[in-house]
Amino acid sequence: MEFSELIKTATVESVLLSCAGLPPVRGTLCITSHHLLLSSCPGGDGQPGTVELWLLIRNVDAVEKRVQNLGWYQPPRTNDSPRDTRLAGSSGTITLRCKDLKVLQLEIPGMEECLNIASSIEALSSVDSVMMMYPFFYRPQDLRLEEGWHLFPLEQYFQQIAAQTSQWRLSDLNRDFTTCPTYPADVIVPAAVSDDTLRRAARFRQGGRFPVLSYYHPRNGTVMLRSSQPLTGPNRKRCPEDEVLLGTVLDEGERGFIIDTRSAQAAKQARMTGGGTEPKSSYPQWKRLHRPLERGRPLQESFIKLVEACNDASLSMDRWLSRLESCRWLSHVKAALSTACLAAQCLDREEASVLVHGAEGTDTTLLVTALAQVILDPGCRTVVGFQGLLEREWIEAGHPFHLRCARSAYSHARLKQEAPLFLLFLDCVWQLSRQFPFSLEFGESLLLTLFDNAYASDYGTFLCNNEKERCLCKVKENTHSLWAWLNQPEEKKKYLNPLYSHNPLVIWPSVEPQSIQLWQGLFFRWIRPSQYLDEARAEMQRLVEGNEAPAKESAGSRLSRSLSDPAARTENER
Amino acid sequence: MHIWQHSFQMPNSDRYLRGDDCFSEVIEMLLRASCSAEILHHHIAAVEKLPLTTSGCPLVIQCKNFRIVHFVVPRERDCHDVYNSLLQLSRTAKYEELYAFSYNPKQNESEQVKGWQLIDLAEEYKRMGVPNDYWQLSDANRDYKICETYPRDLYVPRTASKPIIVGSSKFRSKGRFPVLSYYHKDKKAAICRCSQPLSGFSARCLEDEHMLQAISKANPSNRYMYVMDTRPKLNAMANRAAGKGYENEDNYSNIRFQFVGIENIHVMRSSLQKLLEVSGTKGLSVNDFLSGLESSGWLRHIKAVLDAAVFLVKAIAVESASVLVHCSDGWDRTSQVCSLGALLLDSYYRTIKGFMVLIEKDWISFGHKFSDRCCQLDGDPKEISPVFTQFLESVWNLMEQFPQAFEYNEAFLLQIHEHVHSCQFGNFLGNCQKEREELKLKEKTYSLWPFLLDEQKKYQNPLYSPDFSPELTLLEPNTVSFNFKFWRNMYHQFDRSMHPRQSVYDLIMNMSEQNKQLEKDIKELEAKIKQKNGQPDAVLMKEHQQSAHPAPMALKTPPCFKKEQPLIPVNDAVRTIEGSNTADNRYSEFMEEFSKAEPAVVSLEYGVARMTC
Repeated sequence: MEFSELIKTATVESVLLSCAGLPPVRGTLCITSHHLLLSSCPGGDGQPGTVELWLLIRNVDAVEKRVQNLGWYQPPRTNDSPRDTRLAGSSGTITLRCKDLKVLQLEIPGMEECLNIASSIEALSSVDSVMMMYPFFYRPQDLRLEEGWHLFPLEQYFQQIAAQTSQWRLSDLNRDFTTCPTYPADVIVPAAVSDDTLRRAARFRQGGRFPVLSYYHPRNGTVMLRSSQPLTGPNRKRCPEDEVLLGTVLDEGERGFIIDTRSAQAAKQARMTGGGTEPKSSYPQWKRLHRPLERGRPLQESFIKLVEACNDASLSMDRWLSRLESCRWLSHVKAALSTACLAAQCLDREEASVLVHGAEGTDTTLLVTALAQVILDPGCRTVVGFQGLLEREWIEAGHPFHLRCARSAYSHARLKQEAPLFLLFLDCVWQLSRQFPFSLEFGESLLLTLFDNAYASDYGTFLCNNEKERCLCKVKENTHSLWAWLNQPEEKKKYLNPLYSHNPLVIWPSVEPQSIQLWQGLFFRWIRPSQYLDEARAEMQRLVEGNEAPAKESAGSRLSRSLSDPAARTENER
Repeated sequence: MHIWQHSFQMPNSDRYLRGDDCFSEVIEMLLRASCSAEILHHHIAAVEKLPLTTSGCPLVIQCKNFRIVHFVVPRERDCHDVYNSLLQLSRTAKYEELYAFSYNPKQNESEQVKGWQLIDLAEEYKRMGVPNDYWQLSDANRDYKICETYPRDLYVPRTASKPIIVGSSKFRSKGRFPVLSYYHKDKKAAICRCSQPLSGFSARCLEDEHMLQAISKANPSNRYMYVMDTRPKLNAMANRAAGKGYENEDNYSNIRFQFVGIENIHVMRSSLQKLLEVSGTKGLSVNDFLSGLESSGWLRHIKAVLDAAVFLVKAIAVESASVLVHCSDGWDRTSQVCSLGALLLDSYYRTIKGFMVLIEKDWISFGHKFSDRCCQLDGDPKEISPVFTQFLESVWNLMEQFPQAFEYNEAFLLQIHEHVHSCQFGNFLGNCQKEREELKLKEKTYSLWPFLLDEQKKYQNPLYSPDFSPELTLLEPNTVSFNFKFWRNMYHQFDRSMHPRQSVYDLIMNMSEQNKQLEKDIKELEAKIKQKNGQPDAVLMKEHQQSAHPAPMALKTPPCFKKEQPLIPVNDAVRTIEGSNTADNRYSEFMEEFSKAEPAVVSLEYGVARMTC
């Protein structure tokens, strides 16, 4: 396939771009294989234009077009040049609704051009082949391709655990992705269980996702495991290897908790389709808790409804509140936070190990395990630690980003497998950052960037559904890593929380409805003017910076200036 | 949600049960012991006895500052006695029995007088530029002859003669004729306030028509004026049947009449009641909370109040037109809209002192019935209404939208709200200035404002930048529905588990203080250096300076690390910072469930901190 086949009209002049909160600009619109550009020419011809819009076409979620014919006379179409159409006064408006929830409007002179542009954008934005996506073409000058891809090897994470206990080992039984196609090559498993037993246990778990270690709680040595549902089926099948695997995790007389992210009813029903849950009789040391979390289509619909409500500024207070209620998004946030807190509480307070799973073990399971770690582990609350957590618990753990983030809230396309679980996770982390404003090293801007990049990105980090696919597509060889870009000192500075101060403790959030807030920074990012809030944030930053080293330095240098003696200056600046 | 629950056991309770007077002390003592906060009797809004349980008889006290306290009294008879005495104590019959009359902050008489003089409204009108060519001070109400509920000093258009004033006041409900509330000196436009006209279906009053004309003529920049009726149209029309009503546009020249639809005090009272029912429910789901919030209508009312103020401000700022605001009696909705309008127009009211002036002017002096609305005395429950609370909440919403525009912070609003109900200071006692003078409040009680000014550090907004709003900078709030949020820190002020565990404001405040201190030190040192450089023996001095400089730096370093201090766990390893504890939070309920099945598991039941005395 050639991109050029999809582009029907490459450039149109005199296009009016408008988007909420900014004055409209007129300029030349240009479509490339991956971008939509609009450049204005302020000084007329000859002068280089300024680029007003640089939009990754992958970011476009929905294209809406409206054409109007202003002329009363429509010239015959047959021998009609575009110029004539324009003279007849026809024009069109394209509304681009983006995955990052931004909405743009393009007023295009000429009906023909308008329709061409719209269909080109539609075609380009729905290219589904991973290898055709922009990260494979993006080559920034100041980054190297291999940078950032191996920042967080599981080996390194395992070494931290190995330093404290010898009960776990790193196994590469999945190096060719045959045991479990959605697991990475390396997994951490009980030292006492052989690879052979693991292979058999994997056959008893949906998609081969046998229980592996997700988090080791250093305070008391309890662990959090994750897996998919056991394939007990209607005949209540058992699997001795799976029972052994889970049995080894607990000592004699110890108790563990299985947090099933489905309702008891749903778990029971899953037996009809070959799934199910761990029966008490076969796993006597484990106690099952059901905490239903929304997933899949209902979650996507919740997201869609919320965004719809947020975009309707004409809503009366009652309508707004009732739509906020009926979309249920905040309920999902509360449920996710409560379940993660429950898992964290089991580990930290009950001193019991935990196994988390839902059905496939790639969605709500990861939401709970990742969130519980942010709550428990101060290491996950730094910029780098959080990246490591995302790498380990979302990307390598096989959250199907490609399927889940194919479409965002505006798309008119029929829903397939889209679900905003990652967004829900980011929202929960944002709630934590609101309740513990000093405990997270990063600010809202990092969460927003992660959201944007999960849905459409220049980088390969969130491409594909699992490590196996990433290997096949050679993502790590042929695309840049988001982390490499984020971790450049200049870039990283933008994401830091000026108020951060290391907090070694567990952060237990309040999950009362009064404490759960709508994430305005995300859902109203392009809707409400944020000038005053941004200025306030800048002021806060300034105050904090003024309070830290620079203040002292500048104080020093100011003083030394008045001293006008080189010797004194060095003394003061030290 | 309940703020905190304390089960309180009364050991040998007989010892304490001697006469009603002792009770208050017992209660207060125990409260102080248990939560280091006392509950003033005046704060008690309702006392409720719940059905007897195995551990004792539960007693629930609801406070006007939205605190809810639970007691468990082991013996039912004791509980009944406590209940009765609390009921009696919370119902004061006479002003003289209120706390303000016995409160003694150890100030001498001149301090007391000075305290009352802190806010001078004549000074405030002068600041606005009044009196001037168009407006003058009228002595018509010097002796409260024309209107009992207005202050003595009123500002009216120069062209409004005494007969016009008198005539107009006879045509206005409770004699509250149109007077100046705020004068915008740049636009030469005025905010005026009054009560509804006694127009019935067809009555007119030439003096009143003259009065309005005088107001619009007092504005040289615009020939028409707005008349805002802050009531819903239906209510205003219904009033016509009772001989009241609203201005007929045909009878008044050059007025533009507008309804803005804020509901009356009864609707507001029941709305708050519903809101409190929702927020007071334990273990609420998000959806129950949101639908409760919706059906209470509370945020809708807040939005209506702010929308009305925005309308008023637009008339003045965009059209330079004067506006006359009224509702029925002109002391509830009118006070809300006039004061919020002035706050949006004039940055002075966004300073700590200015906000006090605003409250003194538009609320206290113009006769908002604080005593009735806040139920200071045992009176008609139908007169109670959270009108002033709504005003504070509207201001809070503005603070959320403009974090740098206000010199004061949320704590300031909460503290004012606290004292409106505490009856500890004289400012808010009574219903109007005449009543206050009769009570001799200035001699017998103290003014709140000097106390707030003394501790103003607590109420400062560290992000405030005076440059953000130079004089008369207009705030243009966005009143789209999603901008209005539930004010958790007001309605759950005492429910610590619901609050963010770390306070950004406190931290920033500390930092900006330290920065200021550093700046000051630098200036002092610079000054010293200059001084010393002027002296002949420079070499010797330089040595001096070098050693002098690092010393203050070293001294200043420790406070910079202050922010880390609260994070160090205080010998309680299980507790996390600033009260974050699983037991504070709802999800611990999950534990109950399996704790019962699994006795091996330690129960972390939400709940009742046992207290023994």
